Amino acid sequence: MEPILQFENVSRSFHKGRTVIPVLQDVNLSVNPLEFLCLVGESGCGKTTSGKILSGLLKPSSGRVLFKGQDVSTLRGDDYRGYRRSLQIIHQDPYASLNPTHTIYNTLSYPLFRHNLVRNRTQARERVAELLTQVDLTPAADIIDKYPHQLSGGQRQRVSIARALTTNPSVLIADEAVSMVDVSIRIGLLHMLMNMRTNLGVTIVFITHDLALAKYFAWDGRIAVMYLGRIVEIGSTPDVIGDPQHPYTRVLLSAIPEADPEKTRSKQHIQLRSEDIPALTDLPPGCAFHPRCPWFVPGLCDVHVPALARVPGAISDADVACIPLTEGVPLALHTP
Amino acid sequence: MTDIILQVQNVSIIYRSPRGDVRATNNVSLTLRKGETIALIGESGSGKTTLSLSFIRMLPNSARVTQGTILYTRDGVTRNVLELSDDEIRRFRWSDCAMVFQGAQNAFNPVLKIRNQFADTAAAHGYRDKAWVKKRTLDLFKLVRLDPQRVFDAYPHELSGGMRQRTLLALGVMLDPQVVILDEPTTALDILTQRAIIDVLKAMQQALHFSIIFISHDLALAAEMADRVATMYAGEIVEEGPVDEMFYRPLHPYTLGLIRSIPKLNHEQDHLVSIPGEPPNLITPPSGCKFHPRCQFATEKCRVDPPTLVEYEPGHLAACWHTDKVIEARPAAVVQG
Repeated sequence: MEPILQFENVSRSFHKGRTVIPVLQDVNLSVNPLEFLCLVGESGCGKTTSGKILSGLLKPSSGRVLFKGQDVSTLRGDDYRGYRRSLQIIHQDPYASLNPTHTIYNTLSYPLFRHNLVRNRTQARERVAELLTQVDLTPAADIIDKYPHQLSGGQRQRVSIARALTTNPSVLIADEAVSMVDVSIRIGLLHMLMNMRTNLGVTIVFITHDLALAKYFAWDGRIAVMYLGRIVEIGSTPDVIGDPQHPYTRVLLSAIPEADPEKTRSKQHIQLRSEDIPALTDLPPGCAFHPRCPWFVPGLCDVHVPALARVPGAISDADVACIPLTEGVPLALHTP
Repeated sequence: MTDIILQVQNVSIIYRSPRGDVRATNNVSLTLRKGETIALIGESGSGKTTLSLSFIRMLPNSARVTQGTILYTRDGVTRNVLELSDDEIRRFRWSDCAMVFQGAQNAFNPVLKIRNQFADTAAAHGYRDKAWVKKRTLDLFKLVRLDPQRVFDAYPHELSGGMRQRTLLALGVMLDPQVVILDEPTTALDILTQRAIIDVLKAMQQALHFSIIFISHDLALAAEMADRVATMYAGEIVEEGPVDEMFYRPLHPYTLGLIRSIPKLNHEQDHLVSIPGEPPNLITPPSGCKFHPRCQFATEKCRVDPPTLVEYEPGHLAACWHTDKVIEARPAAVVQG
């Protein structure tokens, strides 16, 4: 099966004065059609930048992005427009991402006119009403002429999702799309997104810092764990969550409190060697996790940059960027 | 009982707004004992922050406490916080009851060294012995696992978010308060930083024996930190009980709904159910039980008659006419999710 989206050695850096900040380094990733793929990691790991590059909002500093096998930087004219139409992003903050001076109709009809998906106002209103119904904002007639401030946070986020659907995309990038809404309505939104695969045939790349949410969303998909600009582990969700391989994934999973009192109280927390996260402008040599890694192997981890590979003998299908693991060097836990 | 530190009785708070009075907190009662940790959970707008601001009388001018008492006991003396004079309340804050606000890691004065901010706080409360203040500060830094000398002479921008949060916790307990209120203590912190803060908080509580009231929408944090949990909905406590009871044997449909909508990190697929509808408008709240428009068990009685908190098990209270149906639904929470 040909991937619908692909990263080939994608790097991206930002400049701040004379300092170069390498936000993404040498990322390889493929998104399969109708797959749910989660990018997880802490702030500064590059997940949002990856999402922006995937959705075409940012260009990589080096490397290629392929859409249905074609390098997107070579697309021109109708091909380029088709590619941009096919990828849409849902932003995190529904208070910031909707223009407060535009009605919901205006917000949702611009892309329809821009991409010639409707011919006139009547058609546009019909299509907007249909989109609102699709995101369970019913009756649509009550919502269509409102301004964002007249809606609740959950309703606004539904409008954001409806906007992403205006161009009939084949891939949605959801960047922390449910993080800002209240717990009680979060799962409803998530279910709606999940149903879009069946109903509309969309592939979803879900970006989140919440591993439990990622697990729920992409149970039949994959999770990619990122750390300081690189993917450190990527594999099918049950394997990554149930049998984590990379030291960073293991530490993360051991650190998260769980909504189960007995379980969370008896959880064994793996201690890091250092709590300080290195700055992106001053990354350690070799594996970026080595100064904090409880299984650090001197002379190996601090010298060579690890590449993603299967762990020999492991049941997990994950690819892991950890030299001791992939080369079969025995690990010993450093106790602080 | 002699170990009760804070007893909140029937507190109601309204905010005046151009569109009408917002009943942010309605007839709330809560008891905090020595060394205990209570978690207030609920959605934004449920009244958690308003309620805890009233404990230290830090409510904004538009708010008014319309009824109730907040009794605080120290060394056998009980006083009503709402009746303290301005001078007394100034001393009460920080020395008796400290609050660490949401996102407060950004609350340090950027042009003052950390040492000066600690000295200022101590001086404002009458602690003028500089040697004592310095020793206390350094001891607390050790307790929160910071490098004492480095942080003491640092400016806030030289510290990471997690270090600032820990510095702030140290500042919060500097004057040995009996009660520490934490508003979303780990929100906006990364997973590993959050873990460090949780561990530090537990160590501090063990060493200093203060009680904690913490406000969070994060049920997992409540599960790990709290001895007791109180669920707030639309300005009311709808259920309160020991943490295990609340998570394993909830009595209120809203608590049950929250628990059923939280994904877990176990190795099986979760089956989650969302709570229908949206949180209510507090200017014109629903009649009867405020949760009834979203409740799967609601009957005519719920639409008309507001339920009050009833003790069903020792220390486990719920305000619901249909706890029997919630109890029936509990196994279903596991089976059909």
